[in-house]
Amino acid sequence: MALSDQELKEIAYLARINVKEDSLPSLKKELEDILGLFEELNAAETSEISAMSHPLDLSQPTRQDEVTEENLREELLKNAPSVQSGLFLVPKVIEGEE
Amino acid sequence: MDLHKLYLSEQLEGIKSGKFSSTELTTHYLERISKFDEDLNSFITVTEDQAIAKAKKSDERYKNNTNLPLDGLPIAHKDIFCTKDVLTTCGSKMLSNFEAPYSSTVFEKLDNEGMVMLGKTNMDEFAMGSSNETSYFGPVKNPWNTEYVPGGSSGGSASCVSAELAPVATATDTGGSIRQPASLCGLTGIKPTYGRVSRYGMIAFASSLDQGGVVARSAADAALILEAMCGHDPKDSTSLNLERPDLTTNLNNPIKGMKIGLPKEFFEKEMPSYVEKSIEDAISIYKDLGAEIVEVSLPNINLSLPIYYIIAPAECSANLSRYDGVRYGYRCEDPKDIEDLYMRTREEGFGNEVKRRILIGTYALSAGYYDAYYLKAQKCRQLVANDFKEVFKNIDVLLSPTTPGTSFKAGEKTNDPIAMYLQDIFTIPANLAGLPGLSIPCGENAGLPLGLQLVGNSLEEDKLLQFAHSYQLNTDWHSKMPDIS
Repeated sequence: MALSDQELKEIAYLARINVKEDSLPSLKKELEDILGLFEELNAAETSEISAMSHPLDLSQPTRQDEVTEENLREELLKNAPSVQSGLFLVPKVIEGEE
Repeated sequence: MDLHKLYLSEQLEGIKSGKFSSTELTTHYLERISKFDEDLNSFITVTEDQAIAKAKKSDERYKNNTNLPLDGLPIAHKDIFCTKDVLTTCGSKMLSNFEAPYSSTVFEKLDNEGMVMLGKTNMDEFAMGSSNETSYFGPVKNPWNTEYVPGGSSGGSASCVSAELAPVATATDTGGSIRQPASLCGLTGIKPTYGRVSRYGMIAFASSLDQGGVVARSAADAALILEAMCGHDPKDSTSLNLERPDLTTNLNNPIKGMKIGLPKEFFEKEMPSYVEKSIEDAISIYKDLGAEIVEVSLPNINLSLPIYYIIAPAECSANLSRYDGVRYGYRCEDPKDIEDLYMRTREEGFGNEVKRRILIGTYALSAGYYDAYYLKAQKCRQLVANDFKEVFKNIDVLLSPTTPGTSFKAGEKTNDPIAMYLQDIFTIPANLAGLPGLSIPCGENAGLPLGLQLVGNSLEEDKLLQFAHSYQLNTDWHSKMPDIS
């Protein structure tokens, strides 16, 4: 299973992980080795098998639509890297006039 | 008195009868931690002040006859379990400054029984690793020989219990992260049926595989603590809606007449002769105890490793997308825009193994590859689960080695991800099928311990623990501890 540099960069962008140019070759080799493992699955006959998404064969429990959590705003903001006026602060996202 | 030599039930009895207090017991362990852990690095955080305060409260309850079931017993928690107002790092730079705003259900349950937290144990970053070398907080050492790894990802939990710096520790297992370090450190480690232990507040790696459990020095100790961790939790939608199981009452039941299956596909693998010998010895002990031994076949079990390395990274890539440098955790310096903030935060905040798995998972889930990889893996997972279903119609437990051998030297497999992944070749299948599994010490080679794995049918933790306990009543592998002084 060969990966091109371009493919690797696209995956890294989808995952929003910056990958330095000089680490591309070793990373590519590692990922190709792991992808190589997957080829063993090709031989398995699965046309009659349905996908198993979960080990438990149970239905999802439901609950009353009631508020159970108290307001933890201050508590939760304590861990934020940057906060202003009770809001998470990030670099400007919306284009427009300064 | 060597308080750390006592098993949990003896420690509990000692406190109850007034031989020693929880404060004395807790202080004893805290002193051992400060004396020995600098070298082992099994703790990320030691919660000394909180521990002493808790122990004092516990002693008061004994005085007032209001004591709780496990009151005053110390425990270490894997740093994957959120503990309110205490650092919870998951072994990552990404969460190196994260103080959880709430506690995990596992912590709450044990806290409500009166257990005293000694601290948070080191682990492979986000539980991804089999040697505890991927932790941002440095590698953990194996107390049996500090040049060797303790296994992973619950390496800190295993190392500290093995060195008797804590009598017991919580742990988690996604592909073997309880059983493999238990094997490499000479401990009893159990992963219950998926859904037995709540995952609320247990930092997610691969949600359909992750399950909490415990590492201890005996099956009886493990049973006592696991029982207290189990039970339905409305805060976890995958928590089984069942009463907390009784794992202790029938521990002494004989296993005579029960059937042990030996998976042919596992025993066909090439193994070092000391592994074969230890397993043969264990089998003959079980025969002497009256168990019947039968060979069984799980024809698809050798697909487990590739299935796991598609499903686990796929779920990890989704779960770890939450670490974006916005709401909590690490954020890169001077981001020039929001994209740069995401890209560099994740580049700098995650270690290599975590990034590798996120990338593999992203690839397996991406357009054009989803059917070939993820869907195919989920279908193959069903094949493996069906194999287990079939064999458990005729047997009580499956027996195999836990690991392909004893521990390996630090650095030996760090540059070869696949060699590292092969550590979990015997443990992964139980996670895929959601079945309970445990590892108990059954031998040694060159001064390093080796584990025996037992896998049970769904919800049959009690039976697994009976098998482990009856083995331990007739052997002394579990009572051997490393000399760390």
